[in-house]
Amino acid sequence: MAVEWEECSVDNPVIVANNLAKIYKMGNLEVHALVDVSLRIDRGEVVSIMGPSGSGKSTLMNILGCLDLPSKGDYMLDGEMVSTLNDDQLASIRNRKVGFVFQSFNLLNRSTALLNVELPLRYAGISIGRKAIAQEALEAVGLGSRINHKPSELSGGQQQRVAIARALVNKPAILMADEPTGNLDSKVGQEIMDLLLKLNNESGTTLIIVTHDPEISAQTQRVIKLRDGLVENNP
Amino acid sequence: MNFGQSILEALESLNANKLRSGLTMLGIVIGVGAVIAMLSIGAGAQSSITGSIQDIGSNLIFVSSQRSDAVRNPKPLTIEDAEAISDPLQAPSVEQVAPTIQGKVELSFGGESFTTSLSGVTANYSQVNNETLYAGDFITIEQNYERASVVILGPTTAESLFGYIDGVVGQTIRLDGQPFRVIGILNSKGGGSFGNQDDRALVPLSTAQMRLIHRSPSNRVDSLTIQAVSSESVKTATDEITQILQSRHRTAIGADDFSIFTQQAILDIATTITGVFTVFLGGIAAISLLVGGIGIMNIMLVSVTERTREIGLRKALGGRKRDITIQFLTESSLLSLFGGLIGIFLGWLISIIVGKIAAANGTPFTPLVGLDSILLATLFSTAVGLFFGIYPATRAANLEPVEALRSE
Repeated sequence: MAVEWEECSVDNPVIVANNLAKIYKMGNLEVHALVDVSLRIDRGEVVSIMGPSGSGKSTLMNILGCLDLPSKGDYMLDGEMVSTLNDDQLASIRNRKVGFVFQSFNLLNRSTALLNVELPLRYAGISIGRKAIAQEALEAVGLGSRINHKPSELSGGQQQRVAIARALVNKPAILMADEPTGNLDSKVGQEIMDLLLKLNNESGTTLIIVTHDPEISAQTQRVIKLRDGLVENNP
Repeated sequence: MNFGQSILEALESLNANKLRSGLTMLGIVIGVGAVIAMLSIGAGAQSSITGSIQDIGSNLIFVSSQRSDAVRNPKPLTIEDAEAISDPLQAPSVEQVAPTIQGKVELSFGGESFTTSLSGVTANYSQVNNETLYAGDFITIEQNYERASVVILGPTTAESLFGYIDGVVGQTIRLDGQPFRVIGILNSKGGGSFGNQDDRALVPLSTAQMRLIHRSPSNRVDSLTIQAVSSESVKTATDEITQILQSRHRTAIGADDFSIFTQQAILDIATTITGVFTVFLGGIAAISLLVGGIGIMNIMLVSVTERTREIGLRKALGGRKRDITIQFLTESSLLSLFGGLIGIFLGWLISIIVGKIAAANGTPFTPLVGLDSILLATLFSTAVGLFFGIYPATRAANLEPVEALRSE
């Protein structure tokens, strides 16, 4: 395991971030959400980002997920320099390279599971075979029999599975999970965690979990701890 | 995302808020309905008015005296003027001339008595004005010559005076207290746009001048209705009449003491008036369409606020600004398009009802729902939806994904 990790880190980093800083202006006040963060994450790795609230972990996740740009520093995702892109290019990067799983699922309640999973494919401009691809993704998370159910007809765990299928349907380079088990009881939460790890194992999609739950972070290969906008345990 | 999908998705989202979508559409329904109804009623009024002008008779020219400060010593129209114009040597394009004088008269029979309009006419009046008789005969040249005490009644007049219409011919009634024999009843012309043409009395011109309507000089008439030989010769006839009257009245150049109207001129004026009227009504109706559009903008803004999180999610999943804009614009245009289609139906219904009410009130009138007004309303309402959707859609598209995802 250690040898493989070594090889990966030399040839194939999926995330390379150098000296990221993010400054928010609130009136006259400047808030330094990220001060100076450098990190690299290798393809296929399972990493958790931890830290107390206000540590900058959400800001880091937003930047790594291409939802936001850093104020300073460079960020390269899967070989593409992200920190210089405009809004539409960022949207395209998110569509192709990033899958999101949120604490509160964020499904469209008026659409069926299948249509929810089809959404990223639609934004990618895929129309032929879209339904089949979405169906396959739902089968991979164990919901092949519930593709025509609406979110309100599914349990919390099932809704999160739909969200995971949606995140993976475009075969992204990284899967960003923000407190994926936060709204679930511990048993269902563990099932979701097992599913994420299994999918990482099968497809090799890099998995980044933002959490404050030590039980979750214990199941990841590496923990990045943030405090006051800095990485506490720089490797 | 292709077009069909955007529409399906927009329908899905409109369907999720049925009551709200319905109420928003109602604004457009009423706006478009009002525009369609007003345009069709305007078009109907136009065709009804021009129709009744054409009913007066074809190739007609109307001459009346005109007083103005520019004319010194104006002379009235007289019987002699009429005779000069009907002279085929002087005015070869004129077929015949019907001089008339107008006034009011009190009719009485038995205990019944009321005032109606009176015309003193010549024998050719019926021919020139397309009048036909329900019963009896029209005034003859001899009766005119003899100043006979005979009268022709409109059907409504006869009905009001006697309570019945058959067998009225031959009865004697009093006009301003003088006995007159009823010799004919006119056919109904229907209530036209110029008031009720069925309620009036006609007597020989000479009789009227002598005994009922006093004018000075006594040979004076109020107007001349002139029939040209054909509709092509109306122009030349007008020129001939102008020349004759100018030389007979010895008017200064550019200071005529009479005015000439052709039927075409009256038709043009009526068309202009009803056109202005239609534009005016349509404009008022368009204001309600504008209000409907603002309603759309309002509800789309609410929708954007309410769906901020959804917008954030869509952006996180790769939706570009353009995709979000198209999504919201599709929703607002569909709202107004459906509203417009229902509004066309509503407007059509209203115009039919107005037509029925008009018919029930004795003014037959057919509102015309033209293809052009339907197309106009559809295009206009969709454009309203698009226009008023732009601001909310842009607002949605410019939301920051991070902020939007954080909202509750």
